[in-house]
Amino acid sequence: MAKINMVQALNASLHEAMDQDEKVLVMGEDVGINGGVFRVTDGLYDKFGRDRVIDSPIAESGILGTAIGMAMAGLRPVIEMQFSGFSYEMMHQLEGNASRMRNRSRGQFTVPLVVRMPYGGGVRALEHHSESKEAYYGHTAGVKVVIPSTPSNAGPLLRAAIDDPDPVIFMEPKRSYRSFKEVVSPEPYQIGRAEILKPGGDITIISWGAMMRDTLKAVEMIKANRDFSPEIIDLLTISPMDVRTIIESVKKTGRCVVVQEAQQSFGPASEIIALINDQALMYLEAPVKRVTMYDVVFPLFARENYYLPSKEKILRAITHTLDF
Amino acid sequence: MPLDIIETFQISRLSILNENGNVDRELEPDLPEGSLIKLYEAMSLSRMMDQRMLNLQRQGRLGTLPVCTGQEAAFCPPILALRDTDWFVGSYRELGARLMRGESLTNALMFYNGYEEGNVNPSNDRTLPVSIILGSQLAHAVGLAYASRLLGEKETIALAMFGDGSTSEGDFHEALNFAGVLNAPVVFLCQNNQFAISTPRQFQTRSETIAQKAIAYGIHGIQVDGNDALAVYLAAKEAVDRARAGGGPTLIEAVTFRMGMHTTADDPTRYRADEQVAAWENKDPLIRFNIYLSEKGIWDEEKQADLESRLKARIDKRVTEFEQGIEVKPDAPFDHVFAVPPESLEDQRRQFLADLEKEGIHG
Repeated sequence: MAKINMVQALNASLHEAMDQDEKVLVMGEDVGINGGVFRVTDGLYDKFGRDRVIDSPIAESGILGTAIGMAMAGLRPVIEMQFSGFSYEMMHQLEGNASRMRNRSRGQFTVPLVVRMPYGGGVRALEHHSESKEAYYGHTAGVKVVIPSTPSNAGPLLRAAIDDPDPVIFMEPKRSYRSFKEVVSPEPYQIGRAEILKPGGDITIISWGAMMRDTLKAVEMIKANRDFSPEIIDLLTISPMDVRTIIESVKKTGRCVVVQEAQQSFGPASEIIALINDQALMYLEAPVKRVTMYDVVFPLFARENYYLPSKEKILRAITHTLDF
Repeated sequence: MPLDIIETFQISRLSILNENGNVDRELEPDLPEGSLIKLYEAMSLSRMMDQRMLNLQRQGRLGTLPVCTGQEAAFCPPILALRDTDWFVGSYRELGARLMRGESLTNALMFYNGYEEGNVNPSNDRTLPVSIILGSQLAHAVGLAYASRLLGEKETIALAMFGDGSTSEGDFHEALNFAGVLNAPVVFLCQNNQFAISTPRQFQTRSETIAQKAIAYGIHGIQVDGNDALAVYLAAKEAVDRARAGGGPTLIEAVTFRMGMHTTADDPTRYRADEQVAAWENKDPLIRFNIYLSEKGIWDEEKQADLESRLKARIDKRVTEFEQGIEVKPDAPFDHVFAVPPESLEDQRRQFLADLEKEGIHG
């Protein structure tokens, strides 16, 4: 089988979902004729027509608001925020309506939709094009937050998001869009489940999104000089978090490092550490360490590589925790 | 010529039944007697229930209430133009419209006593719950209407209601723009009641009318006397029929007045003069509709007295029932976060129930 990149995997998943379920509709800025600025929606317009692949006006709140109505009427809208940095325009529709309609109406109305958005740094982009703000969405009850990391898990996770009965924020690490290819198998992925990439007994290492690759590379760098057995977890779903997988792993290894691209404070890494504190503190052999961005406004690209968590920082955090 | 007029626009105002009860026979809509009486009774029920809930709130027997007295002709008549299969997307100041869509008096009592359960309309699953974030519901109406067409319902439309304050929100403009671009079968009905809490209409927008904002989005716009039930009905009916037939969206500005406070937490004497309120008392939508029906020979004092006692009994019964106690599940919020609660949420629910067992319900 041919190897494909993440964009191709996402695109294939959208084609398949629209083929198999006529309730699936795609809407966003430049998603139709242009196929999306990253080409994730390429070919959909020609195949499914303008009624189901809508080039919308440039209005993120209008896109989500309209999609909420569509979802309540029985469609399965998959909308695109062209960059996650533009998604704050739709925040009140998410917080005020999409996330709450099920609760507000005691289940009479539900909002099964997907908000896709490329996020993250490392692509030498303009301002507002590099942030990792999964914590904003994770803090909202009634919304699921999913972040794939490879071509193999991106397609099945997107399909799971489309089939999910609740709103899903689907954040695509754009640094991983075209950076590597894989042979993908049609293995299903479940929202709410983390994946143990490598079972091990010495230390639990948790990451997600584009940092997953850097984390794996850091582990290989350490392994070149040191024999150790890490248990590496790809979180995949930020919310609701797979607490059990994390806790069971930490109980087994007694050590943990969390690697997140987002800034340090109030992020998923903080939440993971709090959960470990609640449920596995007495199993720890070392303090849980986190590798994150700093609490600064994301710098323009001339400086971004100094600020993004590097392989070397991850390496030092793992070594420090092993040696503690 | 370097300077040409390339387009001109105009905005109409529709008025059929004036404040003295005189009717314009040429414009008078052809409504059967039964519908006219149904409409009058619905407007009357809305007024009586609103006033009763206001009293209950003042006695500490109800939570914060947005009062809608005086606006009955703006929000009730459009419902007559709808089918049960049409979508109704309201805001929070259209009690009578919700009752006409099948909500019970108990719905209102529950909702304004702090129970989400009051938002469930058991007899119509196309009536959306109360929407409090101003203007945010308008795009939902666009999506509902568009989706219904795509799903094969060729005649379904959506009616959305909101106030003059909402027209300053970006969501209002985005929704009208989407509706125009998608040619969605939607009717936007603005209840221009002159005030957004304390802020008068002229501080919201420099536009002469709200109706003219339709022009910018290439959709139909009309202003009506919002205290004239016949004019509001006719404008709504024309807009609904046009949307049904694929003729696109309409913005209707119904000019009315909020006779009471914004909500029971508000004191309108801080920002408006008694004389202004008194002037609008003479334009009461119920009085002029009563005159209209009486002059048609289908209403009289006896019928009025009978209606008032029937409605009062109905309201009394529901209030008594409600105050005798309702059964609700304390942990219901855990049921409605997701279709299936994740394991971690079920853990929190167990903790909540255990805490409740220990501490009891707090005052």
